Amino acid sequence: MREGSRSVADLKIGEGGIIAGFNNVEMSLKLLEMGCLPGSEVQLSHKAPLGDPICIKVAGYQLLLRKEEAATIKLR
Amino acid sequence: MPRHVIKVALLGNPNSGKSSLFNQLTGLNQKTGNFPGVTVDKKTGLCKLSNQSVAEIIDLPGTYSLYPKSLDEQVVFEVLNAPQGENYPDFLVVVVDVSNLKRNLLLFTQVRDLGFPVILALNMIDVASRQGLKVDIDKLRAELGVPVVEINARTGKGVDVLKAAISCPVHNAPETYLDFNEFAPQVQHEIKTLFKIPNNYLALQIAHRYQDMQNFSESEKNTIAGILKKNNFDSVLLQSKETVHRYEVLHQILNRVVVTQKSAEKERFSQRIDRIITHKVWGYLIFFAALFLLFQGVFSLSTLPTEWIGNLFSGLHHWLSEVLPEGPLTNLLTDGILVGFQNIVIFLPQIALLFAFISMLEESGYMTRVMYLMDKIMRQFGLNGRSVVPLISGVGCAVPALMATRSIENWKERIITIFVTPLMSCSARIPVFTAMVALLTPDKTILGIFNLHGIILMMLYLAGFLSAIVAGWVLTKLLKNKEHSYFIMEFPAYKMPRWKNVGYTIYEKSMAFVWGAGKVIIAISIVLWVLASYGPGNKMEEARSLAQQEAISLKLDGKSAENLIQARTTEASYAGYFGKAIEPVIAPIGFDWRLGISLITSFAAREVFMSTMGILYSMGDEAENEAIVEQMRADINPKTGQPFYSTAVSFSVLLFYMFALQCMSTVATVYRETKSWKWPVLQFTFMTLLAYAASFIAFQALK
Repeated sequence: MREGSRSVADLKIGEGGIIAGFNNVEMSLKLLEMGCLPGSEVQLSHKAPLGDPICIKVAGYQLLLRKEEAATIKLR
Repeated sequence: MPRHVIKVALLGNPNSGKSSLFNQLTGLNQKTGNFPGVTVDKKTGLCKLSNQSVAEIIDLPGTYSLYPKSLDEQVVFEVLNAPQGENYPDFLVVVVDVSNLKRNLLLFTQVRDLGFPVILALNMIDVASRQGLKVDIDKLRAELGVPVVEINARTGKGVDVLKAAISCPVHNAPETYLDFNEFAPQVQHEIKTLFKIPNNYLALQIAHRYQDMQNFSESEKNTIAGILKKNNFDSVLLQSKETVHRYEVLHQILNRVVVTQKSAEKERFSQRIDRIITHKVWGYLIFFAALFLLFQGVFSLSTLPTEWIGNLFSGLHHWLSEVLPEGPLTNLLTDGILVGFQNIVIFLPQIALLFAFISMLEESGYMTRVMYLMDKIMRQFGLNGRSVVPLISGVGCAVPALMATRSIENWKERIITIFVTPLMSCSARIPVFTAMVALLTPDKTILGIFNLHGIILMMLYLAGFLSAIVAGWVLTKLLKNKEHSYFIMEFPAYKMPRWKNVGYTIYEKSMAFVWGAGKVIIAISIVLWVLASYGPGNKMEEARSLAQQEAISLKLDGKSAENLIQARTTEASYAGYFGKAIEPVIAPIGFDWRLGISLITSFAAREVFMSTMGILYSMGDEAENEAIVEQMRADINPKTGQPFYSTAVSFSVLLFYMFALQCMSTVATVYRETKSWKWPVLQFTFMTLLAYAASFIAFQALK
């Protein structure tokens, strides 16, 4: 799948993208509820000092998540 | 005149201002209980609506959706899906943060589909308008078909309007936000027929969650499982489809209701602060500085009130012994029950202050930054960024700290956090630590400003923390669990702490300590008094007359003679016998029978160590700790001719009290939180062995 190559975990600080989908169904339930919908914009705001967790801007607010969780959010 | 009390439940996302609203509505008319079957605290309160009517308000834990991911969220699900339950509300007040309206309304659409009448309370409109969001409230009211009230949970603005809306609710027919034909209609139909329920969404919820629902029997669960299997019910897929659908509907509604103008000034400011606070170097430095200030603050501010409480109780003790007739009942009251009360109340200033600081950090939004900073580090030790709050709280008292683990969704991380939190040095260990440190080293000032004892005490805290994370690391290797570990949470903007909420938190946590730990402490004090006041046969009488003769031959004055007699009779009491009986076990770690008695008594609550030592050293049970320490320092070991409290013995005692789980209330709380005896038993065994091993090594090496 071509569009599955990059995920939110690969974003650089300040960089944005559009959510394509998820590659982990269980995680996707929680992420969807938190407003990470396919088609919506995400932007990487900052990272914790050790590079993980990360903070993204999505659905008009800031969301913390671990890198491995961010890796399940695929970008277009 | 009988009147109907309406039951109203408050529902909303975490950080939506729900708890502030609850405090605004109920004031001090609130109480904490338990939801049946689960350990999550239930907060209810009465709200006076008018002169005639009162509403019972239930504060449900914050949740993002009705599909629970954590224990807290499970409660919301259970309450709302049990129409026969005692907590089933007449209607709901859904509190939403307008600055994040879409995500906050997800839950609203779910409870509307369940058929609940709802009043929508819009909070944080000021924040939203600063972000450039304008909501047309009349339009929103028309679109959603429910009463919509604008409130400010911080200032209390609009709460009167909300009360009026609660007292005469106008409820339109429930609206549905899902096309239920698209969500396994056959399954819905069969479950509806089976349980005779009218609601589609309730049927769907049962299909998703029946396994965790308490009101179904095994055979009913099997029937449901059969229905699902027959219809190829894909729970995960349907849930994600449902969420997407709901957001689509909300998106359309909000497009008609919300106007966005860009203005990101405020945000940039908050982000600039975050760049410093989450910085590689500054971030951790600021965190450690904050912790240092927190402990300094707690200790320096609590010294005076703690002293007052001590004075108050010794005054009370004197007064009662003089006023009441002499006898065993008076002794029970003064030396048993009163000492027990003192042992509880004496810790309140420290616990209250600690939770004041913690709740300020939480309210301001800084605690989330700490979790963010610490998650990666904590994860190496099987913990979670969220474990930071229980661990820091554990420095005050493990009982409320253990209750703070409920927000950790992952079972394994929660169990590990529960397991290691009691290793943090709680305030009840301080008197023992201070005494032993005073015996070990003279107090002096280093480099002009640092107090040596203060530094050692700080190191003891650090050692407690280190042992906690090492234990976590070991456990994470032993426990197997495939459950997902989540660390997904909102990163809230900075806020000024709401002082009222800080006040309520202090009150709530102090009460958790008083009722959680307090009952045990009182009970133990009474048992201890009995054991120390009575002995086998007439051994105590013999000891008393011998001690009287000794006092006469030594020409002791009244008070000293009395203390000598008390010490000798205690030695002959049941407590003394127990102490002597365990001497073979505790000799390898350097403890004598007196430390043995203290050990036995402090296995129930380590708080009683100093008062037990006071009795055993003929000081009376209300002696100042400093005086007891002096007495212990002067104690000479008859075998060696050296001070009994040598470096080896003092270290041994210090280490034992650092590691051992000497607290019945913690054991009881762990049982309550894990719902099994397995964990408290394992924890108790582990910590006792650890304590014994550490003391053994220290004593044998330093002897």
